[in-house]
Amino acid sequence: MSNSTDNLQKIKSSLKRRSRSESRFRWYGRVAIIIGLAAVLALFVDIISKGHGAFKATYIQVDIHYDGDRLGVTSSADKSQLMQANWDALVKSGLREKFSDVSGRRDKRQLYKLVSNGTGFDLKEHLVANPLLLGETESQWLLADDDIDTYYKSWLDGEPYDARLTKKQIQWIDQLHQQGDIRLQLNTNLLTRGDSREPEQAGIYGAVMGSLLTLLLTLMLSFPIGVAAAIYLEEFATKNKFTDFIEVNINNLAAVPSIIFGLLGLAVFINFFHVPRSVPIMGGLVLTLMTLPTIIITSRAAIKSVPPSIREAALGMGASRYQVVLHHVLPLALPGMLTGAIIGMAQALGETAPLLMIGMVAFIVDIPQGFTDPATVLPVQIFLWADSPERAFIEKTSAAIMVLLSFLLIMNISAVWLRKRLERRW
Amino acid sequence: MINKIIPVVVLTFVALTGASLSIARENVEVVGSSTVYPFATVVAERYGRASGKPTPKIESTGSGGGMKLFCGGVGTNYPDVTNVSRRIKKSEFDKCQKNGVKDIIEVQIGYDGIVIANSIESTPMEISRKDIFLALAAKVPGEKEGELIDNPYSTWKQVNASLPNVAIEVLGPPPTSGTRDAFAELGLEGGCKAFPWIKALKKVNKNEFKSVCHTVREDGRYVEVGENDNLIVQKLKANPSALGVFGFSFLDQNADKVQGSLIESVEPTFESIADKTYPISRPLYFYVKKAHIDVVPGILGYLTEFTSERAWGEDGYLAEKGMIPLPEDIRKTKAASVRALTPMSGKEPLK
Repeated sequence: MSNSTDNLQKIKSSLKRRSRSESRFRWYGRVAIIIGLAAVLALFVDIISKGHGAFKATYIQVDIHYDGDRLGVTSSADKSQLMQANWDALVKSGLREKFSDVSGRRDKRQLYKLVSNGTGFDLKEHLVANPLLLGETESQWLLADDDIDTYYKSWLDGEPYDARLTKKQIQWIDQLHQQGDIRLQLNTNLLTRGDSREPEQAGIYGAVMGSLLTLLLTLMLSFPIGVAAAIYLEEFATKNKFTDFIEVNINNLAAVPSIIFGLLGLAVFINFFHVPRSVPIMGGLVLTLMTLPTIIITSRAAIKSVPPSIREAALGMGASRYQVVLHHVLPLALPGMLTGAIIGMAQALGETAPLLMIGMVAFIVDIPQGFTDPATVLPVQIFLWADSPERAFIEKTSAAIMVLLSFLLIMNISAVWLRKRLERRW
Repeated sequence: MINKIIPVVVLTFVALTGASLSIARENVEVVGSSTVYPFATVVAERYGRASGKPTPKIESTGSGGGMKLFCGGVGTNYPDVTNVSRRIKKSEFDKCQKNGVKDIIEVQIGYDGIVIANSIESTPMEISRKDIFLALAAKVPGEKEGELIDNPYSTWKQVNASLPNVAIEVLGPPPTSGTRDAFAELGLEGGCKAFPWIKALKKVNKNEFKSVCHTVREDGRYVEVGENDNLIVQKLKANPSALGVFGFSFLDQNADKVQGSLIESVEPTFESIADKTYPISRPLYFYVKKAHIDVVPGILGYLTEFTSERAWGEDGYLAEKGMIPLPEDIRKTKAASVRALTPMSGKEPLK
């Protein structure tokens, strides 16, 4: 009797300590989550605060007179005339008219630097789209140079950065601002153009297309191969030392640093099969090697989760092994396989290291139109921009990261949604 | 259904790969130095946009890596042009010859200065190449002549009494970088030669001379920050007592954050690098395979654009990007010889 009251006493006295240690343990968990969330939040705040500016660009309003005589263009349909015309002269005369008091060669040169050096080409494209403009005058918003853009944005924020500008240029911008002829506008170049060395003309469309083509090929190759391997290993292969060995190797491959796959691709596909460098085919092949283990592992897990009773029932009804797999196991395991494939693709989308070896880390301006055009991918574009000396690329880099993150987010959300939507529980 | 899809996928893939192998390349392929990359890309883009032809593709592989690819052989699987932030080496030239790359056109495009900068918040440094060598070399001359000791200096004042009493901390590129090669050759070796007995060593034992003069200390005073010069600029801003080593174009773009140190009382400016009074500057080159010019249509246009006055001239767009142009008379003669497609004779004094 006394023994049991003793015990009760002991339990009661230790109860407080035990519940304290439990609540302490819960707090450890909460702190861990808070640290994780804070890190993610810090990353997002940093990137968004740096990158939001890149979605706007500075434009300057100038009257452009499409003077056929000056251009040497008599018909806006004649391609060779358009090619040879001096488009920069249009921009220059427009600027000179706007600032008629500017004289002297040096000052004029400073003046011409207000607008992007690609403006002439923009005007050409505008005239081709609107042939009736030849000989007419139109007031147009011209893209400003990146130095002007950086200055104007920092000036609007109250901390002007003027080291790259001359006093005169600052004065001109002031004048434009008072006249309302300089403004921030949606930066369409960012989403519709390829890479450029002029920050104001640079866009990520080329890299997005490159990523799409590469990923499409990766999916086309790695999903069927991965699923076939998983089905064979799970449903047909006999368990012996050899299949164990294969399993260990697949798990091992999933943990191999991705640069190794790049080296493998270089040795096998480029040096042996002479696949050209820097093309989506090459990128797709290397990323296939990289994502295969992930897809095989997730597909096998999905097949394993199909209850044996379904297979037995089908076999009992007289179905062959092949019919069991194709008619019953595969449809039930497909949602899990798709989720695995999407996660593998998301991994491949963010990969740069293996692409370094196969020449996809390159400066490519033209938008890739097919699997054999030179291309680069989004994360590589981010890397290249982060490494550029021009200051305006800092915000471009963050903007490209935002685009990449949103793609990843979409892919991961759709993986979760697919699982929720299609998964069946037994 | 699935057993019908699989062969289709396989066939498409084989067809795609097969097609790609037989297509002749239309765009120029350029590889090479990360220092020349910012300039070569601008030219490529301008050329592409103005001509309406495919834009040359430019890979930044580093000077050595680019040469290796370039000298691999002749044919569309090998690059057409390689950029180098130093002159081609004798060994590389021989390798090219051995692999059938016989006619190589050499183009010197301009100069790049290497600056030693610190944060604008601290006082500007005024140092000599000798100070740089003593502060950064792994081994420095001891008391006796001919003696080398492990670098004992931990502050700039110990190196040279006229310098501030600040700990030596220099952020710079890793050994894989061309900037580092040039820094070792022009900065460290330049300071090294201030000691007569080490200078005499060059004639006796070239390898030992190189190992004395080019080896950077590894006790944490010289910090390798990777190939990203923007990162060095950011770190200098956060740490005003540190110095950083990078290319002039980054100083040019970040004048509100960092300032260049005076080397032997010369400030790194556009003019001082161009007239060579600034001691740490290096020539930039690119090399073209003559055999490819008839095969890949864009090479000639790219070459002409690069050597045009509006690109590499004093007021050209490359100067705006931070490249220091060649003197005018040299530009003229070089442009003429390049456009005549004169290959290297093999008798150039290569190292």
